[in-house]
Amino acid sequence: MGALSATEIRQLNKRSVWKSFLKNWRLYVMLAPVIVYLLVFHYWPMYGIQLAFKDFFATKGITGSPWVGFKHFQRFFDSYYFWRLLKNTLGIGLYELVVGFPVPIMLALMINEVRHNFYKRFIQTVTYMPHFLSTVVLAGMIMIFLDPNTGIVSLFIKLLGGTPQSFLTEPAWFKTVFVLSGVWQQMGWSSIIYLAALSGIDPQLHEAARVDGASRLQRIWHINIPGIMPTIVILLILKAGSILGVGFEKVFLLQNDLNLQSSDVISTFVYRSGIQQAQYSFAIAVDLFNSVINLILLVTVNFIARKAGGSSLW
Amino acid sequence: MVKGGGISQQTRGDRAFDWINYALLAIVLLIVLYPLVFVLSASISNPQAVNSGQMWLLPKDITFLGYEKVFQNNEILTGYLNTIMYTILGTSINLVMTILAAYPLSRRDLVGRNVVMALFVVTMFFSGGLIPSYLLVKNLGMLNTVWALIIPGAVSFWNIIIMRTFFQQSIPNEIQEAAAIDGTTDFQLLLKIILPLSMPILAVMTLFYSVGHWNSYFNALIYLTDQNKFPLQLVLRSILVQNTMSEMAGSSTSMTDQVLLTQTIKYSVIVVANLPVLMLYPFLQKYFTKGVMIGAIKG
Repeated sequence: MGALSATEIRQLNKRSVWKSFLKNWRLYVMLAPVIVYLLVFHYWPMYGIQLAFKDFFATKGITGSPWVGFKHFQRFFDSYYFWRLLKNTLGIGLYELVVGFPVPIMLALMINEVRHNFYKRFIQTVTYMPHFLSTVVLAGMIMIFLDPNTGIVSLFIKLLGGTPQSFLTEPAWFKTVFVLSGVWQQMGWSSIIYLAALSGIDPQLHEAARVDGASRLQRIWHINIPGIMPTIVILLILKAGSILGVGFEKVFLLQNDLNLQSSDVISTFVYRSGIQQAQYSFAIAVDLFNSVINLILLVTVNFIARKAGGSSLW
Repeated sequence: MVKGGGISQQTRGDRAFDWINYALLAIVLLIVLYPLVFVLSASISNPQAVNSGQMWLLPKDITFLGYEKVFQNNEILTGYLNTIMYTILGTSINLVMTILAAYPLSRRDLVGRNVVMALFVVTMFFSGGLIPSYLLVKNLGMLNTVWALIIPGAVSFWNIIIMRTFFQQSIPNEIQEAAAIDGTTDFQLLLKIILPLSMPILAVMTLFYSVGHWNSYFNALIYLTDQNKFPLQLVLRSILVQNTMSEMAGSSTSMTDQVLLTQTIKYSVIVVANLPVLMLYPFLQKYFTKGVMIGAIKG
């Protein structure tokens, strides 16, 4: 038999692709609803991003509206809000990264050292619980607890001889309240992933270290932490990539006219200008600016992590 | 006490470590639990005692007035019923879509599955954003309908990936092959063999999706205008965050009584809103680690 020519191979491949498609047509039918959903609700909105460079007229539709170049971006960069939004969004993002990121790691390391399975499960059950509270309820609890007159936090402060602050109307306090309440709610849940990574560490490493006389602390430092380092790096990359992606939901609920100066972030600004004031093109431009910066951050941090020889997303 | 195991050979330093570790964890537990217990206690305490700080842990002068007011309030009840309906409908659609996508993608003989996976992953890092999605929902005529809350979030690609990985890892290929030889169609295979073997992951998915629906307020905020369709979370927002419920306390009482009663109602409504979720989840807890772990490994 002679060797097949390139065209013949291609034809053969084509035929086998077609054959396997015919054989598995039912699988494609199953997949169809999700594909339609994916294209309509995720990729079609991406097509709508072009409105950032257009003046949107509802009658002309997305495609028919006239191009205006970078007009909306220009307006955003020149506006009084620009630096305030950038400062707040970045400030909250960094604060969350610095304070919120290490806590679940420490918690996981601590839970991992608990020998009794009952206690271990109990601690996990309790610390996961706040994750299931809705954002609205969390915001409501924050407001009740921090009320300067009747809130339990204020009562404790008074008991200790301090003066209660109006945490929610004082711009200086906003970021702290936001970040610490987030830590309270998510530290347990975020620790699951590290606990999973810890359970994958080879017990023989610990056995060997124990024989060599390593203390518990030394074993955590030299075995557990390096063992979960890849997980930590991956999550750090993802976190760094969303540093400007401060979510809308909680900020919006805790926001009021008095703390707006430090609580207004890009996502709430997009909501106000887009949904409430119907300046669609402008809001899309602001949102696009945000996503692009996020993407750049993600790629950069990933690049650094890869160069540093550790793990990376791709 | 049994002697001679590895555990009894702890050094003094290790024992000290244990004590410190337990002490720190006890503090963590206290920090997490205290606000929750406080809300529960405050919801059945005399508001006077709560506001003055006399009630700081256990209920004082027990009263169920807050709960009475909550259950007499039509907005809350309507919101509750709406949320139950949205949660059941939404979760059902989520589960069907997730299973229907995860199964084909778990089949290694499916041509083009990597393309689909790549399309999924792109959406995790980049999206059209709020406004284009809003315009889409508006153009589809879904504003102010139930569908606006359900269709735009019909499925989570992340959950599809988790379920696909579960199918690949936990269900032996031989079973599928044997069934295929017997002439079972893909759909029968999924229904009769795969799904019965996948109860743990289905439990996790049900929990994730239903909690998501139960707790969400954002879509309702931007898409709904009709108050009768508001889910519980939007009603909660007006009570807890916007403080618009003086009429709930009743007009016959004095101003101070109203303020006090308002406080109790707030605590009660928090409990009522969260109870279903907090009661459901400990039963499913043993499955989470598995769910999150699969996600972690593949992510």
